[in-house]
Amino acid sequence: MTAAIALSGLRKSFGRTSALDGLDLTVRAGEVHGLLGPNGAGKTTTLRILLGLLRADSGTATVLGGDPWRDIATLHRRLAYVPGDVTLWPNLTGGEVIDLLGRLRGGINTTRKAKLIERFEFDPTKKGRAYSSGNRQKVALISALASDVELLLLDEPTAGLDPLMQAVFEDCVAEIRAEGRTVLLSSHVLAEVEKVCDRVSIIRHGKLVETGSLTELRHLTRTSVEADLVSPPDGVVTLPGVHEAHVSGTHLRCQVDTDQLDPVLRALTGLGVRGLMCRPPTLEELFLRHYEVNR
Amino acid sequence: MNALTGTGTLVRLALRRDRVLLPVWIAVFVLMAVTSASATKGLFPTAESVVQAASVMNGTPALVAVYGRIYDPTSLGALAMLKALGTGAVIVGILSIVLVVRHTRAEEDAGRLELVGSGVVGRWAPLTAALAVVVGADVVLGVLTAVAVAAAGLPVAGSVAFGLAWMSVGVAFACIAAVAVQVVRTARAAIGLSMALLGVVFLLRAAGDTADVAGPRWLSWLSPLGWGQQFRPYAGDRWWVLAITLAFAVVVAAVAYLLVSRRDHGAGVFPERLGPATAAPSLRGPLSLAWRLHRGVLLGWTIGFVTYGLMVGSVADSIGSMMGSAESQEMLLKLGGRDVLTDAVFAAMFGLLAVIASAYGVLTSMRLHTEETAGRANPVLAAAVTRARWAMSHVWVALAGTALLLVSAGLAAGVVHAVQTGDGGQVGRVLVGALVQVPAAWVLTGVVVTLFGVSPRLAAAGWAVLVAFLLLGELGPLLELDQWLMDFSPFAHVPRMPGGTVTAAPLVWLVVVAVALTAAGLTALRRRDVA
Ligand SMILES: Nc1ncnc2c1ncn2[C@@H]1O[C@H](COP(=O)(O)OP(=O)(O)O)[C@@H](O)[C@H]1O
Ligand SMILES: [Mg+2]
Repeated sequence: MTAAIALSGLRKSFGRTSALDGLDLTVRAGEVHGLLGPNGAGKTTTLRILLGLLRADSGTATVLGGDPWRDIATLHRRLAYVPGDVTLWPNLTGGEVIDLLGRLRGGINTTRKAKLIERFEFDPTKKGRAYSSGNRQKVALISALASDVELLLLDEPTAGLDPLMQAVFEDCVAEIRAEGRTVLLSSHVLAEVEKVCDRVSIIRHGKLVETGSLTELRHLTRTSVEADLVSPPDGVVTLPGVHEAHVSGTHLRCQVDTDQLDPVLRALTGLGVRGLMCRPPTLEELFLRHYEVNR
Repeated sequence: MNALTGTGTLVRLALRRDRVLLPVWIAVFVLMAVTSASATKGLFPTAESVVQAASVMNGTPALVAVYGRIYDPTSLGALAMLKALGTGAVIVGILSIVLVVRHTRAEEDAGRLELVGSGVVGRWAPLTAALAVVVGADVVLGVLTAVAVAAAGLPVAGSVAFGLAWMSVGVAFACIAAVAVQVVRTARAAIGLSMALLGVVFLLRAAGDTADVAGPRWLSWLSPLGWGQQFRPYAGDRWWVLAITLAFAVVVAAVAYLLVSRRDHGAGVFPERLGPATAAPSLRGPLSLAWRLHRGVLLGWTIGFVTYGLMVGSVADSIGSMMGSAESQEMLLKLGGRDVLTDAVFAAMFGLLAVIASAYGVLTSMRLHTEETAGRANPVLAAAVTRARWAMSHVWVALAGTALLLVSAGLAAGVVHAVQTGDGGQVGRVLVGALVQVPAAWVLTGVVVTLFGVSPRLAAAGWAVLVAFLLLGELGPLLELDQWLMDFSPFAHVPRMPGGTVTAAPLVWLVVVAVALTAAGLTALRRRDVA
């Protein structure tokens, strides 16, 4: 499968703050890719480089086979962007802006637009300054989702939406995936990414720390294990992949790296198991772990 | 918590934001006043020369319309400070308007006032803080100017009256802007409304001052700019005018406070209207978007320029007959008759208009900066629009608008003048006088584009460049600056029309400079990061 987006060794600093520090990222054509990271990780900077708004200090970036800095006019007909912070022209209505942005991109699908306006329960007749931040976001979203483009770049697009509208958004992304289009969705909320993305990249301090499908990432997570044993579990605690072990007599509570689960369980059955409780891994824990290292 | 809680914090915040802007502006004003005071003294060594110059000034309606009247023809101070009093007061008014809007509606537009408003801040605090800062700045300006001008050698009492005149005009327009920001919904509209009012009261004063004894002289008394004149510095020093301006300020400010209590945050006094749900087919590219964003403002400016053109056209002809004495009539005939003087009035007036039209170009091309920093350039540039095409959409409006303004003023003046003289050929002659100014005015747009291309923050320096050109033209001859220095101003190269001969070379060069500056800006823009 070809890559819709390929970044390697991308660096960008603003004066003395380094926003991207050798970022590598691959987004395959036809997938919904989640770009996860805490605030200030460099998600917005990445997207703005992909749009040719910022120029990387070093490293290479390819978008839809082109150079995002050079091939602006041709590339931008094939992609749509939803900024994280949408500002509108105060004297244009939301409906006018939706149409205008679509036309600037090279055309808008009017039937799809009408459907989206209805699904997002959006009032297109108000003037720009009269919209709340969630509604301003809907303007950019509707315009982007209604365009027949190959690639959608979405920067925290649901930040201002209520849960009902977030669900509508998730449905829309699922439909786009079914049509075989590519989406790069930045977010700092794991739950949203878990629901809609095929693959995820986690970045921190402008570097890629994990990337892969959700199943692959789950392998990186830890299973929590609680066991009641026949004899004290002293040897188990020092096995590779065992973390945060708490032992009281013959009772053990610990976290186990998912790929080390097998040897640990073998060791436990060697001691004789009276009772066992395993809680399946969640991405949340993996995610928070990366966030915490950050602090 | 009462309605004024937090005012002190907001005042400190505003002073911090303006810590460079305010001192620089005040220094520029004081410098302008001192230069006028000291430079003019040398030009009129004898009492007779003062009287003669004053009677020429008072006898020239166009000058009276622009600067006001000299109320004591024997007073050197009144003569020396005439231009500073008239033009300076207008600029003090503009500055006060911009400052009040900057600290009220502009903050509200940006959403920052909401942040502040949700803190421990009373409902009246933001307006009170803005007025305190601006009125305070006007008072400081008045005091420093009075001291500096007196130190330059003019009578103390007159200097104090002069300082008071500037101060009270500033305070009046600060209060007018305070109302405007409540009535309309955006900073831009608030500035537009206040400036329109400034234009109206300027015309009222001009009409009142040029009226003859039987005419509507009282019109000047309806204008805060007229009150500024009525302090009559160095020509009677009428302190009591201060009572009028203060009463006006208190009443207008009270209206502003009343409106603050009545309206919602972020709203104006009138409810928002709904608009079309889909864009008209014509709204399809960057240029049509730029036109949509600028057309309202351009219409306002055009009305102003047409009005000014009508005024200039109607007074220009009366000048010959105003030159009362037999000798001066005779001298004029030798010089080529009153037409020469009429032509000179047109050339001078269009020179002034060119500077104002170039300010429109600066304002309009500065919109690039606003659009970028507000994040509205982003979605356009993320679509299939190159940076050059986006930037040019606003630049085209700036260039075409500048030309439109000068042409409409030239046409208006020409038609009126043709009707008065019964000579249809005058339309073309006068129009050419306005047209030759266009390339010089375009240069300023080019300057802004270059600055913006290098860095969006630099764009605002376009105003400084405009003021520098203006000062070079106004003060350069007084200070006897070297010609090469004065030649930096594009306005120094405009042929004097009508009446002179059109030489194509300087006009072509000015166009080349404007194009080169624009191209340089676009090239720089292509290389830098966009916010
Ligand atoms: N224009 C800018 N000037 C200076 N620093 C910036 C600029 N844009 C981003 N940064 C810095 O770069 C880092 C990454 O920012 P950003 O990409 O916006 O993060 P995210 O979108 O993941 O929250 C942050 O430390 C931020 O402060
Ligand atoms: Mg961001």
